[in-house]
Order: sequence, then C-alpha cells, then structure tokens
Amino acid sequence: MTDASIPKSAPKTSIHEIDARTKKRNAAETRFKAYGIAAIAAGLMILAVLLVTIIGNGRGAFTQTFVTLDVELLESKLDKKGNRNLDDIKKVSTFGYAPLMKEAFTKKIEEIGLETSLKSKKMAGILSKSAAADLRNFVIADVEQIGKTVEFTFLANSRVDGYLKGRVTRESIANDKNISVEQLDFVDALLEAGVIEKRFNIDFIIGADASDQRPEAAGIGVAMAGSFFMMMVVLALALPIGVAASIYLEEFAPKNWITDVIEVNISNLAAVPSIVFGILGLAVFINYMHLPQSAPLVGGLVLTLMTLPTIIISTRASLKAVPPSIRDAALGLGASKMQSVFHHVLPLAAPGILTGTIIGLAQALGETAPLLLIGMIGFIASNAPSGITEGLLSPNSAMPAQIYEWAKRADPAFYERAWGGIIILLVFLITMNTIAVILRRRFERRW
Amino acid sequence: MSVKLTASALAIAAVAATSAAARDQVQVAGSSTVLPYASIVAEAFGENFDFPTPVVESGGSSAGLKRFCEGVGENTIDIANASRAIKDKEIKACAENGVTDIIEVRIGYDGIVFASDINGNGFEFTPVDWFNALSDKVLVDGKLVANPNKTWADVNAAFPAQPLAAYIPGTKHGTREVFEDKVILAGCEETGAFDVLLAGAEGDTDKAKHKAAEKACIALRTDGVSVDIDGDYTETLASIESNKDGIGVFGLAFFENNTDKLQVATMSGIVPTTESIATGEYPVSRPLFFYVKKAHIGVIPGLKEYAEFFVADEIAGSDGPLAEYGLVADPELVKTQEAVSDEIVLGANM
Repeated sequence: MTDASIPKSAPKTSIHEIDARTKKRNAAETRFKAYGIAAIAAGLMILAVLLVTIIGNGRGAFTQTFVTLDVELLESKLDKKGNRNLDDIKKVSTFGYAPLMKEAFTKKIEEIGLETSLKSKKMAGILSKSAAADLRNFVIADVEQIGKTVEFTFLANSRVDGYLKGRVTRESIANDKNISVEQLDFVDALLEAGVIEKRFNIDFIIGADASDQRPEAAGIGVAMAGSFFMMMVVLALALPIGVAASIYLEEFAPKNWITDVIEVNISNLAAVPSIVFGILGLAVFINYMHLPQSAPLVGGLVLTLMTLPTIIISTRASLKAVPPSIRDAALGLGASKMQSVFHHVLPLAAPGILTGTIIGLAQALGETAPLLLIGMIGFIASNAPSGITEGLLSPNSAMPAQIYEWAKRADPAFYERAWGGIIILLVFLITMNTIAVILRRRFERRW
Repeated sequence: MSVKLTASALAIAAVAATSAAARDQVQVAGSSTVLPYASIVAEAFGENFDFPTPVVESGGSSAGLKRFCEGVGENTIDIANASRAIKDKEIKACAENGVTDIIEVRIGYDGIVFASDINGNGFEFTPVDWFNALSDKVLVDGKLVANPNKTWADVNAAFPAQPLAAYIPGTKHGTREVFEDKVILAGCEETGAFDVLLAGAEGDTDKAKHKAAEKACIALRTDGVSVDIDGDYTETLASIESNKDGIGVFGLAFFENNTDKLQVATMSGIVPTTESIATGEYPVSRPLFFYVKKAHIGVIPGLKEYAEFFVADEIAGSDGPLAEYGLVADPELVKTQEAVSDEIVLGANM
C-alpha cells in the first residue's frame, strides 16, 4: 500500500516550474485569502447597512419644526385681579393659555395677509401640546411680562414636523383625525411667510421625556443623566472592588481549590445573561434592602454586579502580562510584596486595567434587560435631577431603556426619536471604545 | 486609588441615607394600555401643579397590581393602573400585606379594533366570523370538527379568498381576555357551538359544565393561523407590515395614530370610534382603571391631587386630551369624581 503510493523515482522539481501540488497549495492559500476578504467585506457591508439605516432613520430627530408667533400675554386671561400675585397666576392652568395662542395666530395671518377658512382652534392645532405649558412656565418665571406682547417660538405638532420631514404626506393623513389637509395648506403658507422653520433642536439631546401626545417635545437628556449616574456608581464600586479582588487573587492568594472555585465562578458570572442580574437586583436591592424603585443607584448596583467579572478578568490578564522579573527585582531590592505590587506591578498594568474598565462600562451603558425589572422603563425620565443625591435616588431611566420605551409608543414620531437616541448612544459607545484603544496604544508596554 | 475609595464610600453612604429620604413624587405602575393616558396626565399634572411629575412605569396590569399589593410604605407604589378590574384574589393578597383601603377609579373605556394593511381588503366582521376563523373546533352540519377553514372566503362567502392570518394579543395581556370574551365566546354562542359543547361538557353542576363549555369555546387553533403577540402593538403592526394578509388586534388609540398604515374593520356593522364605543354600539371595549392606596393619601404629596386631576372634566372628559388620544370618556365621570374626592374605598358600598 505504502509502496504503491510512493513514486518509483522522485519527480524532478524545479524552482522555475511550479508543479501541480504546489499549484494546488498556492490555490488553496489564495482561496483562503479570498474567503477572509469576503468575510471582512460582508462584515463591513452589514456595518454600513446598519449605520446608514440608523443615521437615515435617526437624523430627523435632531431637527425640529418651530413656529414663531407674537403672543400678547393678556392680563384679562392670566391675572384677572391684576396684582401679579404668583399664587393667583399659578391657578391659571395650561388650558387657560390656549386662547392666547389662537389669538396670536389670528393676528399673525392678518399681519402676513393670509386668507384662510381655518378656524383659529384648527390653526393652533398645528402647535405642539407643549406650547401652552412652555408659555405658562415663561409667565410664572417672570410675572412682569403679563400685559406685554412677546415673541415666542413654539414647537410644531409632530404631524406638521413629519410633513416637513417628508414622513407625513397629504395622502397618508386621509384618515388621520389629528390633522387635516387644510391645516397642511396653512402650514405651507406659513412656511412661505417664514413663520415656520425647521432647525436644529438641542432639546432632543438635553430635554426630558414627553408623554405620548407630544413626541416633538421628547428628549433624551434626563435619561442621559440617569445613565451618567449609573455609570458613576458602577465606576465607584466595580473598579476598586474588581481591582482589589484581582490583585489579591493574582498576587497574594494561595493556589488551592478554593481559589480555583472562585476563578471558575468569576468566569461563569461573566457569561450569565444580564437579565439574571436584574432579577437579583429586584429581589435583593429593592425587595430586601428597600432601596427606592427606578433609582439610578439601584441600576448602578445591578450593573456593577454585571461589570465586575469583566473588570476582574481583564485586570488579572493585565497583571499576568507584567513579567515576573519586575516583581523579582523589586523583591530583590528589599521591597515588601505589597510595595512590589503597588509601586511596580500595578502602574505597569494600569493601561490594561483602564481599558478593561472602559469596555466594561461601555457594555453596562448599553444594557437594557436588567433595567426592565427594576422599574426604569416607562414614563419616568421627566424630572431633571437637581443634584447628586437626587440624581442617584430619584426615579430615572437610562438611555437604552428610553430608546426601548420610545420604540414601543404608538405615534410614529417616537420611532424617529428612538433611532435618534440610538445615534447618541452609539456616539457614546464609540467614544468610550476609542478612548480604550488609544489608552492601550499609548501606554501599554510589551515585553 | 484613594479618590475612588472615597467615591465608593460616598455611594455606600448614599445607600444608608435612602431610608431616611422621603419620596416626593407619586409612583405609578401597571398596564401598558393605561400607560399613555397616565403619562399624558402625569405630564400635565407636573406642569400645572407645584408637585414633581409623577413617575409612571409599565409592565402589565397583573404585575402592577402585584407590586401595589406588596404593602404600605414609601417603597411601594401609590397607584396601580389596570386594563381590567381588580380580582378578588388580588384584593385578598393586598389585605394580607396590609393594603386594605383601595380606591377604585374608572377612567373611561378602551376600544379594541381589528385592523389590516391599508392597501389590502377591507372587512366587515361579526363575532361569528372570528370564531369560525380562529377556534380550534367549529360546527359543521351540527357536528364539532377541527377547524378546516384556510381562507376568509371559507369563513364567510362574502369575504375575499385571503389566507387566514391573525395577530392577537398574548395571554399575558388584558386585551386577550376581552377578545376571548366579547368576540370568540360571543361567536361561539351565536353559532350554536356553545350549546353542543355544553351538552357534551363534563362537570358535576350546571355551573361547572357552563365553565367547561366556555373554556372549550375560547380554545384557539394552534396550526399557526393565529399568532400570539406578547409584545406591544408596535410588534403587531410590524407583523402586519411583513405579512400583508394579516389582521391584527389593536387598541383604538394605537390605530388612530397609525391611520396611514392600517385600515379598521367594522364589527357587527359598527365602525369603532370613540362615539360608537361610548354609546356601547361597538361591542368590543373594556373599562380602564387605576387603583389608589388610601393609606398613602396625605403621606405622599400630590397623590390625591393627581387622582382628582386624572378624572377632572378637562382631562378625562369628552373634550379632554385623553379623549383626543383615543380614550372613550366615561359617561358616569361625575360619579367617579365624587368617589375620588370622598375617597370611597372598594367594598364600602357593597
């Protein structure tokens, strides 16, 4: 058998002539390279499709349609007693401000000489439902404005905004009771007169969530603050605990079955689905320890549990990467074990530890599932926190939770905002990961 | 390192301080159907009062009521939203945890509509059609057989030969119960399948037999024609967009916000609108509620004001923002307003 397979006389080989077997091997290599390039190309294509979809869908959320009107703050409506008493003025609810807007529209169309058969109520209908509230806040902040005429910029209704963005058309609103074709004609006329304009909307980035009737007023800012406070908790807890645990395990702990068990468990914890940490958080932090519901503090604690294994594993890897000669040299010069670790090993491992921490934080930032269970989903991100304690303890949402919430809502305008939220979240993640890469490039030493 | 340790010490101190800090905003949780209405009210409440905007979480009626019944105190929610009335079982569970005085507030009615792709065929359904389309056993020549229907034309000769595909709320939704009760069961009784089932039902008493027959009535076919949607209406909408033959079950408010993608079917000849639901002409609707913990009134600032504001004419009335969004105003709203202001608890007038 073996004899048969070996040729009687070895074929002549030449470095100029490539024989069939070499050709075959070379072809296999070329094929493999092609597969590799195809795989990367496929990956890049999917990434491109993803980014184009996200940006295409979410871009609109950053601009918003505004209507500028001169509003006369009638004393007869807002301050009947005329004594500018704040308590009396506060009694006028947002419903009391609606007539002012109708009045302002009537005046505006006179000013620009527009003929329309629309009733003033329908005209005011192109404004956001938040318009009255904005006006009321303005008056309450400065009661001396009552009686004057002020130029005020209101948000336009989400349907009007969608019309300017091409999402809403005359055909698509045929059955829509929230807006009529006449109103869109009116919008066109105002657009021509320069009363309506579409521009960048900072409130989407810094503002609070809004209810289902006013998608145009919703912003991700408060949820962003919620995410920020959660990340602070994660950083303040996971980094020291994780680093301390890994230093002890790596440098001091005796190698026995207990440390083996701990090691296996840490690796296991890193693979536990995040929802499990959510259930744990609900049971331990809320039901047992009675921490407040929906608080970023609890969210941060849950995410700390989730991030700890990531930090421990990366810290241990970077401690391991420091060559033993450094430890030996320090010990040889009379440093104690602790001195050798804290003066020499830890500083050298720091870039790796930081990289691991940032990646762990980025992972925690994008996590939604555990937040579902500790009550951070819903209409929550509506009060901006005023300080650190309130930021940690008062109910808030987080960016990914806010995106999920928007994606569920009925009004299609919220869908656009969900995509816009994804863009913001992605910017954060890319920034964090870039910092991690730069740190690693800059400071990591290889031996 | 020491900076970080200080920071973590601060965090731990904050944990310790929690129990002392008083909660100053109303906390609400429960039905995702009520969530949009509750958030509209919460927002307006925050704008018009000096109290902070209440926090409204979703999670479903049952989950909300469960949390509501966990006990009395700042760490428990003040209000549970529900798309169905509280059950005796839940009242009992509440009482075991010390939650005894519960104020029930009916905010209005929610219509459940059947809608399909805007460019597809329009339908005029009756409960019988739905029963024949989705039940696992239907009556053919007086005998119960496994549902043989494949297209809508099989169900009702007046319909086009469009393949049967229905996206209905999953069993965890309150909407499912209404669908079963007011559509499938109604159709079952009308076709006479109910009587056949009752005759063959096992049970010691008439009541048990009745129950068994009802249960058999609402058993739906499991061959993939009827798909349970456990998520929200957005998921149902996505299913219909991918399968243009599909017909989905939606809330009226959701449909009204998506009239550019969906067309609504009539039920027994009635078009679902807030008016036809308010008068009771459109058959598939249900009341929506919220439940207030009386023990928290006076402890949590703004709780009673929020409850009163919710049912005020300018909010829950037929011209209010809730009706504009899709809630069907309660004709007996005045009674509810009185009950809230007098803090009448469940069981007080029984």
